[in-house]
Amino acid sequence: MSTTHMNTHDAHEAGAHHDEHHDTGGNTVFGFWLYLMTDCLLFASVFATYAVLFMNTAGGVSGKDIFELDFVLAETAALLVSSITYGFALICAFRKNKKGTLSWLAVTFLLGAIFIAMEIYEFHHLIVNGHGPQASAFLSAFFTLVGTHGLHVTAGLIWMFIMMIEVTKTGLTGRAVTRLSCLSLFWHFLDVVWICVFTVVYLMGAI
Amino acid sequence: MSDHSSEAHSHGSVKSYIVGFIWSVILTGIPFWMVMTEAFDKGPTYITIIVLAVIQIFVHLKYFLHLNFSEQGKLDTYSFIFSAVIIVMVVALSVWIIYASNAMMM
Amino acid sequence: MSALLGKLSWDALPYDPIVIGTLCVVAVAGCVLAFLLIKHKLLGVLWNDWLTSVDHKKLGIMYIVLAFVMLIRGFADAIMMRLQLALATNGDPGYLPPSHYDQIFTAHGVIMIIFMAMPFMIGLMNIVVPLQIGARDVAFPFLNNLSFWLAVSGAVLVNISLGLGEFAKTGWVAYPPLAGLEYSPGVGVDYYIWALQISGIGTTLTAVNFLATVFKMRTPGMKLMDMPIFTWTCTWANILIAASFPILTAVLAMLTLDRYLDFHFFTNDGGGNSMMYINLFWAWGHPEVYILVLPAFGIFSEIVSTFTGKRLFGYKSMVWATASISILGFIVWLHHFFTMGSSANVNAFFGVMTMIIAVPTGVKLFNWLFTMYRGRLRVTVPVLWTLGFMVTFSIGGMTGVLLAVPGADYVLHNSLFLIAHFHNTIIGGAVFGYLAGFAFWFPKAMGFHLNVKLGKAAFWCWLVGFFLAFMPLYVLGFLGMTRRLNHTDNPDWNIWLYIALVGAFVILAGIICQFLQLFVSFRDRNKNLDTTGDPWNGHTLEWSTASPPQYYNFAELPVVSDIDAFTDMKEKGTAYVRKESYAPIHMPKNTKSGVVIGALITAFGFAMIWHIWWLAIVGLAGAIVTFIARAYTSDVDYYVQPDEIAQIENEHLDNVAKG
Repeated sequence: MSTTHMNTHDAHEAGAHHDEHHDTGGNTVFGFWLYLMTDCLLFASVFATYAVLFMNTAGGVSGKDIFELDFVLAETAALLVSSITYGFALICAFRKNKKGTLSWLAVTFLLGAIFIAMEIYEFHHLIVNGHGPQASAFLSAFFTLVGTHGLHVTAGLIWMFIMMIEVTKTGLTGRAVTRLSCLSLFWHFLDVVWICVFTVVYLMGAI
Repeated sequence: MSDHSSEAHSHGSVKSYIVGFIWSVILTGIPFWMVMTEAFDKGPTYITIIVLAVIQIFVHLKYFLHLNFSEQGKLDTYSFIFSAVIIVMVVALSVWIIYASNAMMM
Repeated sequence: MSALLGKLSWDALPYDPIVIGTLCVVAVAGCVLAFLLIKHKLLGVLWNDWLTSVDHKKLGIMYIVLAFVMLIRGFADAIMMRLQLALATNGDPGYLPPSHYDQIFTAHGVIMIIFMAMPFMIGLMNIVVPLQIGARDVAFPFLNNLSFWLAVSGAVLVNISLGLGEFAKTGWVAYPPLAGLEYSPGVGVDYYIWALQISGIGTTLTAVNFLATVFKMRTPGMKLMDMPIFTWTCTWANILIAASFPILTAVLAMLTLDRYLDFHFFTNDGGGNSMMYINLFWAWGHPEVYILVLPAFGIFSEIVSTFTGKRLFGYKSMVWATASISILGFIVWLHHFFTMGSSANVNAFFGVMTMIIAVPTGVKLFNWLFTMYRGRLRVTVPVLWTLGFMVTFSIGGMTGVLLAVPGADYVLHNSLFLIAHFHNTIIGGAVFGYLAGFAFWFPKAMGFHLNVKLGKAAFWCWLVGFFLAFMPLYVLGFLGMTRRLNHTDNPDWNIWLYIALVGAFVILAGIICQFLQLFVSFRDRNKNLDTTGDPWNGHTLEWSTASPPQYYNFAELPVVSDIDAFTDMKEKGTAYVRKESYAPIHMPKNTKSGVVIGALITAFGFAMIWHIWWLAIVGLAGAIVTFIARAYTSDVDYYVQPDEIAQIENEHLDNVAKG
């Protein structure tokens, strides 16, 4: 192990090869994309399970009985709008517009929080009426599929909050922009998964 | 320097987000309307909402996730296509297996 | 039950004399090891240079150490089972009651697949792949370290189960309803779930890491079709990991929800469908066996081409054959449960797909044979393993094609014929492959040679032992003996059970030879140094480095234009060029975050198993906070200066000139 080393900053001035850390941000974003592909497969497995269990209502309620489509439409709207507001935030980030970035991130966060609040409300309403995940295989699958998506969105919100702090404190560094790019992939991917959720679970359940 | 390091993954313009958003609104509105008003028979409704969902996924992939076949972006796109193929195979075959075994139990 | 300790109580401690004896031996060995480390003042070195290392070469070695340690336990399980079955004939109960025996065969499977074979493969991949592609490290060195500690966390949990509580008694596949809360109310299945879940996440991260590395960090000029064949097979294995492990994550999570929160995914009541567990488990489980065997195929390719001195025959077809095996591996999984009761059409489809996989595998075998044809094969220890593999795996593959026929499988499913088949392919394919790779790359990783005599002895013991231990199981399968039997009372079976026991002891001799080989080789290391870094006249870039490699791998990234890049360089005279000056090299710093997160996740897993909720929250929250804190550390890298590089490079080039 080297005992004579400079810190990163000095080495830059010493004419370090830029090849050494050429495009590591790009590697990070690509690696994150690959992780997202594994997350797609995770969701696919849960979707497949829902597809084989949704008819097993154990004498209890089915989707038609409990899904309220106007409520779901509102949730969908919140998430969809949050997708483009995040897009605007990222454009501001690439243009080094700190204030714009933070504003759009805040709007995105608010919309995401509304989505989660509505989902918690829906879950709570179902549970207190005896339609919790323990009641049947259909409900277990429903809560798990929608809940896994919700947990991902919540994780995204926490990450977004941390990013807002990072950008506020240390500005739009290369590292911050790379991380915002990763979060953008995550956020849009969650909206893609939601398209599948509202189609397969809510719409098909209510037909 | 920092700009270039993340630029490997392309980012969009305001226009692409707006276009994607408008398409998504349409592709979301139609299925919800079809199901909520029960304007059509079950069969055509099912098929339509599935097709529109698939199209909306493509809209998201193109306008929000900026997937493309450029030199820089094709690796991401091929990774996605590969994952999608695996997903379709695993989900479709799983559903077939379980539905067939359920049928054998009736 | 208490708030402080959950389900943990004095009842958790073992009362079985065999277990207590084992724990005493482990405790003594642990004390001896600790004493030696302290006496030789190695604790600091262990922490600073190894446990906190982000260097892929060191992590690879540690993965292999983990594999060897778990091999001891997994093989002890095997010997115990063979002994029990040889003793418990004609209705005799033997020495292992079913409640213990069931845990042994479950642990044997889990350990050998998840904690021996996977770490061994990942270890070899870690040491070799970055070197083969001319990179200085993987794309995400910290994540690499974290992945290792998550694997250790899983292994630790499995080992703790020996002393506290019990392990699962369900078989390594843990099917519900048996694995559900009603029929397995104890902690055994929970140990299983958390050990697999935690290590599985580490494995998935490894795959993401290595795919990013291979796609983004190849040395200039190295196109994908110029990559060494081992790197290619590892890449396909990583693609399989990325695509299949999430399925395991999902299905274990659903089993967890059933057990912890009374969900109804796989329960008998409430509309659950336990067959969906079996379906999803094997949708992961089948790709898993290809994950194990494809890198082994890559190792054999490297060995055959190196020791015949020839270019690998049909490189392109090898890559495409590996690709087909990988993709086909995703549409065959039902062959693990033909008898589960799906329709004839389903069985027919999967049976045909399974048989088709034999074709690309055959292509690979023929390519190896064609490579050897008219080459002058040097019969070294790695080559012995390769030849042993060719014979052994072919038999296993053929019995696989037989099992692929649903009609035949209806008779043979879960018989010893099946057990013989998968041990045949996993041992003959994966294990022989890793042992071959171990012998092949040991001088590179460690800087000195392995004792050849003991290496050959180990091989012959493994080969003879394998045939003695498993060929009788094919016979027993045809004679009607099923798997997971605790005792038997069919006199026709006895002779085969005795022969199998002898075989197990011969394999044990092979394993002892291997440990002896390590001891002797270490002891004699200064007499057997690999001074040039290229002991076999290798073809690929790892052989251009010193043994062990310079910690930054390459002073200057090599420029490549063809496969067998190092042979190319040697022929062109560009292999060992002394440079005037070097540029500073950017390297990542070691970190304790991975160890800390691993420890906290272990605590989390343990707490979840024993329902110690406060500890579970502390463990998980702590791990997340540590991860975030790591994300905001800025002291994560440094530059190696030109004068140090020059000194190391000149030393290597001097040694090459002398050698």
